[in-house]
Amino acid sequence: MSTYDRSMALTGQPPKEINLNQKIASVVGMLGLAILLLATFNVSFPNKTLWLTLSLASISGGTIWFAWEQYKGKYPGIKNDGVWFKSLTNLGFWGWIAGLAITTFYVILYFFPEYLGLVNGGDNKGVIALFDPLSKALSGNPASQWFVYGALYTVAILVFGIKFMWKYRHNRYERIRTMSVMFFQTSFAFLIPEFMARLNGSSVLQGGSLPFLDLKNIWPLNYYNFESYRIKGFLSSGDIGFAMLVFAILSVFVITPFLTYKFGKRWYCSWVCGCGGLAETIGDPFRQLSDKSVKAWRIERWVIHSVVVFVTLMTTAVIYSYLGNDTSKYWLTKTTFLLGVAALLTLVFAWVMIFKRDQLQKDAKYGAVGYFVIIISLIAIHFFSGEGHVFLFKSGALRKNYSFLIGSIFSGVIGTGFYPIFGNRAWCRFGCPMAAMMGFQQRLFSKFRITTNGGQCISCGNCSTYCEMGIDVRAYAQKGENIVRSSCVGCGICSAVCPRGVLKLENGPLQGRIDSNQVLLGNDVDLMELVNSK
Amino acid sequence: MENIVIIGNGIAGVSAARHIRKLSDKRIIIVSAETDYFFSRTALMYVYMGHMKFEHTQPYENWFWEKNRIELVNAFVNKVDTENKALTLDGSRTLHYDKLILATGSKPNKFGWPGQDLHGVQGLYSKQDLDMLEVNAPNKEVCKRAVIVGGGLIGIELAEMLRTRDIPVTFLVRENSFWNGVLPEGESQMINEHILEHHIDLRLATNLKEIVSDENGKVKSIIIAETGEELPCDMVGLTAGVTPNMDFLKDSGIELGRGIKVNRYLETNVPDVYAIGDCAEQHEAIGNRRPIEAVWYTGRMMGETVAQTICGNRIEYKPGHWFNSAKFLDIEYQTYGWVFSERGMKDYEAHFHWRHPSEKLCITVAYNKETEQFLGINTFGIRMRHELFDRWLTEERDVNYVIQHLPDANFDPEFYKHHESAILTKYNSDRGTSIKPKKKSIKRIFQLT
Repeated sequence: MSTYDRSMALTGQPPKEINLNQKIASVVGMLGLAILLLATFNVSFPNKTLWLTLSLASISGGTIWFAWEQYKGKYPGIKNDGVWFKSLTNLGFWGWIAGLAITTFYVILYFFPEYLGLVNGGDNKGVIALFDPLSKALSGNPASQWFVYGALYTVAILVFGIKFMWKYRHNRYERIRTMSVMFFQTSFAFLIPEFMARLNGSSVLQGGSLPFLDLKNIWPLNYYNFESYRIKGFLSSGDIGFAMLVFAILSVFVITPFLTYKFGKRWYCSWVCGCGGLAETIGDPFRQLSDKSVKAWRIERWVIHSVVVFVTLMTTAVIYSYLGNDTSKYWLTKTTFLLGVAALLTLVFAWVMIFKRDQLQKDAKYGAVGYFVIIISLIAIHFFSGEGHVFLFKSGALRKNYSFLIGSIFSGVIGTGFYPIFGNRAWCRFGCPMAAMMGFQQRLFSKFRITTNGGQCISCGNCSTYCEMGIDVRAYAQKGENIVRSSCVGCGICSAVCPRGVLKLENGPLQGRIDSNQVLLGNDVDLMELVNSK
Repeated sequence: MENIVIIGNGIAGVSAARHIRKLSDKRIIIVSAETDYFFSRTALMYVYMGHMKFEHTQPYENWFWEKNRIELVNAFVNKVDTENKALTLDGSRTLHYDKLILATGSKPNKFGWPGQDLHGVQGLYSKQDLDMLEVNAPNKEVCKRAVIVGGGLIGIELAEMLRTRDIPVTFLVRENSFWNGVLPEGESQMINEHILEHHIDLRLATNLKEIVSDENGKVKSIIIAETGEELPCDMVGLTAGVTPNMDFLKDSGIELGRGIKVNRYLETNVPDVYAIGDCAEQHEAIGNRRPIEAVWYTGRMMGETVAQTICGNRIEYKPGHWFNSAKFLDIEYQTYGWVFSERGMKDYEAHFHWRHPSEKLCITVAYNKETEQFLGINTFGIRMRHELFDRWLTEERDVNYVIQHLPDANFDPEFYKHHESAILTKYNSDRGTSIKPKKKSIKRIFQLT
């Protein structure tokens, strides 16, 4: 008899079946979804507040109840039984169905919001109209497709966050980290921007109006943050607006580098970030699907760093396009700005090439040199070609393509829609420019590492299997080597699933961090020195 | 070019091959009848439990072997002809060697129980055993009860595996407390409790008398020696330890004892033939170690060592301080240095034991009564830093120092509750000392100057 089944359970444990309560919980959750679906097909609900509450409550309640039935009465510990037997989490039938469903949702959300009932300049219809009461209560405005998305996104992180905390209830690192992403999603990503919208036009903002801003959403993840309309919005909104603009800039150049130096990029990727929050909660059942091959790693390095170059060029071009030429009006002109960008990039490039050269792989060196030459020559071309658009392309075209290819297709449709296919961190691993920049720093200049505990590794492979970023953790651990990888988001699951207590995420001294102590595999000390001499 | 043939593609054989390749250009051939590629034996349980697929247990991608010019031959070695330096493979082919490394591992013990070869009776060691388990115990409908005979590490793993599929398990343990030949009383007792918590029918001080066959030669039940009770079951796991796998060497002229006899250089009595890993037996035990060490880590160390010898740097096998680890259901276990059970305790050895009042956490520290020297630690549910204990053992620290500096050694994930002060309080009250705790120091841990 086959042990593979078609259970829909996210963490059911075949060949055990889900119990009666879980079946009821599933029905409750499905009913909530059905209300949303009916609304999408323009079934008009009389009391929208009531029906929306009902819907969200039964989705949340059903999921939480299901999870409770899953973990109650179980001894705390690793709960990965049967993960590879379930079709949903093993690229089986339900996995593909789920992938298709989420992908379709994203395509509609990004490109056809009218099917969700979005009406510009009129009353919303469909599911968006169902969310109008909530949106009006928060910000005073009718809902948009982004409000609906944001609300569902927050609900997902909260209810699956609760499930995740039960699953890892023996692990305080996981529990605290999950509370953190739940908090940041609910407050910073969802509520605060809505409340801020209420201030627009008020005297607090000196009559100005702020752009929609999730304060923790930092450039370059928030690739549009320095666009003209947003800068105008900030600058029109008095001291508060100005402070926010300063905060946005400081976040990029001071706060992020400082925190990444102290704690690694995990402070953001698995404690604060919304994309990370979703991946770690509702995406958790799919973490084992990431590709661990060396080939995938090679592709990852090229793709993600190309996105960084793309976003840098695009942002430079966009800012350039709205700056003036007259120094008497404002000190920052087109020319100063471009030279400033060139200087900054040269500085970073030179620092890496001089001090950190020997820590880069060959292809990383080629890539760095190649991209550096491209950017600098594009800036140079601009100066020689005179007026016009920077970088051969119109800034608008760059912006549009980036937003379509990276902002929508990559981060949304592929990044989240393909959770059940590529694993839950495909976007973070292959696409996120913010992750790439912090990763670069994490690899070269941070106190964070995953320490390997001497010679205790038994090469079992749990760490690699459950690494959502596709890092072959075992390859390092079995050599007694620390893991210092730019892509590591510090979720801590490798350490949690290790049956022998081999891995520990920690912030330690820079000295000996990368060239870790491989001597301690347990053998004769003299021999180990021989083994490690290269 | 020299032909190095390695029999066995487990951790010992593969470590030897990798290190020989690092050091030389010799031709390397690994022969195994078990699997095409190296996998982690200790991870087989996770495949049955659904945590991993079999390919995840393979530490190297399949291209690795060709790239590193390590030839893999899937064949069974019938005979070793040491005179002509040749192996007979699969009863027909001949493979020549210049140097031969025997890394054939172990096989499950069978103590001559009646019915031990029936269908449905198996050990848990090889990939084939795992495949067989999928046949014998795929689910609770086919396997309505399983009986496990032998209370060691493999026994408890097998019990854990079967429980993930809701199969009722009866666990026969010869000793009057689980693994108490190795673990001190308090620890063994805690594991007993934990086994029961997982709804495993633990029968201590219980021996197997006989396995009863049905009319098709399949197991029907077992009979318990002490009580004569007959327990119906569909599967019997024999997990009473392992024994070196060396039947094919009987007439080879290689000296055999309980294992393949080797000297400190891992050389057998026949020139150019070496034995490493589970199958090797030291003429004289090294320190407190056993002559045969069927442990993952020692297999790896012997592989590294023999590679040096084969590549011209003849070197003794000198393992460092003893360490080991295991996991009992949800409880992780680590040990550094020597902590003996009451049965094997040395005259000079004394123990300090601490157990958490409610959670399944405990430690036992062994020290020398006369000199106060720290001898070793067992820890359950608290992770400890290998590097630090290794250093303390080398420096021959006294037990007070170790207890004081436990915060340095803690290797639990960040934000975990710490128990060092509770441990220290108990230590002071047990021993009438009044030592003060030291704060965790990054400087000390990483030996920064």
